[in-house]
Amino acid sequence: MTRADLAAVILWTGATLYALFGGADFGAGLWDLIAGDAETGERPRALIQRSLTPVWEANHVWLIFILVVLWTAFPEAFGAVMSTLYVPIALAAVGIVLRGAGFAFRKSIQSLGAQRALGAAFALSSVLTPFFMGTVVGAIAAGNVPANGNGDAFSSWLAPLPLLTGVLFVASGAYLAAVYLVCDAHRAGDTEMEGYFSRRALLAGLAAGVVALLGLFALHADARYVYERLIVEGLPLVTVSILCGFGVLALLLVRGRRGLRPLAAGAVIAVIWGWGVAQFPYLLPTSLKISQSAAPGPTLDAVLIVFVIAAVVVLPALGLLYWLSQRELLGE
Amino acid sequence: MSPLDALPLAASGSNLLAARELMAFTLAFHIVLSCLGVALPAIILTANYLGLRRDDADAMLLARRWSKAMGVTFAVGAVTGTVLSFEFGLLWPNFMGRFGDAFGIAFAIEGLFFFTEAIFLAIYIYGWKRLSGWAHFWSGVPMVITGVGGAFSVVTANSWMNQPQGFTLDAAGKVVETEPFKILFNPAWSYEVPHMILAAYMVAGFLVASIYAVGMLRGRRDRLHRLGMLIPLTIALIATPVQLFVGDTAARAVADHQPAKFAGMECIQKTGDDQTEYVGGICTSSGVKGAIPIPDLDSYLVGFSADTKVTGLASIPADERPPANTLLHLAFDAMVGVGTALLLLGVWLAWAWWRRREVPQTPWFLRAVAISGAGAILALWCGWIVTEVGRQPWIVQGYMRTSEAVTEAKGIWFAFGGVLLLYAALGTIAVLVLRSMSRRWREDEEGAGESDVPYGPPIP
Repeated sequence: MTRADLAAVILWTGATLYALFGGADFGAGLWDLIAGDAETGERPRALIQRSLTPVWEANHVWLIFILVVLWTAFPEAFGAVMSTLYVPIALAAVGIVLRGAGFAFRKSIQSLGAQRALGAAFALSSVLTPFFMGTVVGAIAAGNVPANGNGDAFSSWLAPLPLLTGVLFVASGAYLAAVYLVCDAHRAGDTEMEGYFSRRALLAGLAAGVVALLGLFALHADARYVYERLIVEGLPLVTVSILCGFGVLALLLVRGRRGLRPLAAGAVIAVIWGWGVAQFPYLLPTSLKISQSAAPGPTLDAVLIVFVIAAVVVLPALGLLYWLSQRELLGE
Repeated sequence: MSPLDALPLAASGSNLLAARELMAFTLAFHIVLSCLGVALPAIILTANYLGLRRDDADAMLLARRWSKAMGVTFAVGAVTGTVLSFEFGLLWPNFMGRFGDAFGIAFAIEGLFFFTEAIFLAIYIYGWKRLSGWAHFWSGVPMVITGVGGAFSVVTANSWMNQPQGFTLDAAGKVVETEPFKILFNPAWSYEVPHMILAAYMVAGFLVASIYAVGMLRGRRDRLHRLGMLIPLTIALIATPVQLFVGDTAARAVADHQPAKFAGMECIQKTGDDQTEYVGGICTSSGVKGAIPIPDLDSYLVGFSADTKVTGLASIPADERPPANTLLHLAFDAMVGVGTALLLLGVWLAWAWWRRREVPQTPWFLRAVAISGAGAILALWCGWIVTEVGRQPWIVQGYMRTSEAVTEAKGIWFAFGGVLLLYAALGTIAVLVLRSMSRRWREDEEGAGESDVPYGPPIP
């Protein structure tokens, strides 16, 4: 494995962690959005707020990590993606502002009217942001980003595969969030919320499965290179994802809680790495290879060193944060 | 044809100006929040330490309240910082595409610091209730270190744009080799980085102090307010004289490294010795109008002697001169002027303390402190105007022009308008939220229950 491939693995690792943590935070926003009026939605919203409050900012940093690794290790790909997909990326950026600010403001203010408006900004942008991020990934997979950039600003992402990927991002986030919230409710001994989010986890899991299946057809039609590698080299990962998905369904039906989160995460991890394997060796299929876009060796070394330090410093700190949070030692 | 072509503003075609304005605006907004992210932890922990060490309930309460306020400003800073990361690519794709592998290294390190800061910030802010006093205090200490480390990384990336080195280009202008240490420790980092870290401590310190000074002017002169003003004010006033020294060093280094920028900010037209220092005024190619001239001072400031030769704009090729000379010059003067005024404020406080062992509470002193926060922010913005406008027309000094870096995307003016509205709402709501938090705290105080205090001594 070359240094450039290693840097790509780091990029994918960042994307995986962002999906598992940041993605679930967006999903929680979706459940917040459709939790009903102030009265009926109070309990799920309270659970969502408690679960998200101490961790969402740290989870958000994985996005910065992805951006930084992409522009440092693969500057040409970054320039090409940004100069082509600037419309959905700018919309995602607006969504990030509204989501973060809406959430932070909502819990710091007491008037119900203001809470409603800020909550709406938080919840609505929690749906739109992952959608636009998904269209970016879909457009890259579909090969709509030319290596030298400046591809079409609209047709590049207003196409079946990018749009489906956008929906898949929303559905998978909602799925992960519901599963995590089931476990949080379980730990808090709140059986009502446990059932509430179990039903939603089932629905979101089925929705994500259906969208993924549709995505396979879209891949077949619009991204033949990726499709063909996905069903050959990527097949083990696709299988793992499907098995994990069914495992989660079964556990939800028999009210099993052990292994629920790892299985749900496994389903998402397998899809992300399946996508990576299917694109290999391209960063922008099929116009720019990982090796062609890679930064000079010393820069890649610097990225690798930073990642090692992150693994030694940031991951334990993050573990401490989650540990404290799960033991309910953190709170307003 | 894309739908954005139909927009009237998009058709004006001045992408470069639009992108620069958008970048400048979002950066100006974010930099105030980043100052708080860098320096508030130390201010809060000082109060926290005093509270624990001396069983001081007021100091403890201040630390707790400031940390809640920091929770809000950090969240806004995290999202506006993310917007900037996006803008690097969205507005300057050719710069990132060509130099991302050099420019980006510092940001990879910044990512580490920011990540660690976000984690410990969460533990500190949400750890008041259940963590024990000193464990909680120590959980906040990493924020101080990572705040400074993050500032180093981001500012050294900027100083690399001013003094680029540590890379090799091929015939096509592509970076083919990099030397990360030379990139990180470029010639400008040693003055830009401390200048910004001190600025962050000044902005955060004066800003918090000014809020309490306003409260005192409104008659709330209890110990909580006096302490709330004194702690941040002392920290900021310690930073101020060091800042003037660092700034003076920085200006001399700029005269040496970036003569065009220096000539622009000092309005020097003709190269030569015995250069006059102009305070204020309008810059024209025939000289400075309406300024206060101080003969020979500029040469003295640059080289400690009237014989020091200083480069003038006339010696610099027309297409390499910075634009907006008057803006540059006035921004520089305003920064130095505000810095000097803040130094005098420190002298005032030190004098009063030496004489009476007490913070002066005269209306004029409180008024001066009350505007010091806004003054520090103004100086901060002026400093960045000097750095950034002064580097133009280059994005990477001597290697890439800003006009080559800019995107071809349509509708940047339109995006600028949208961002203006979005940020206006963001800033307004942030201030409203902070004010409502402070009102709630006051109401709690007036009511009997100080349920706000999680641990520490009971309030008499």
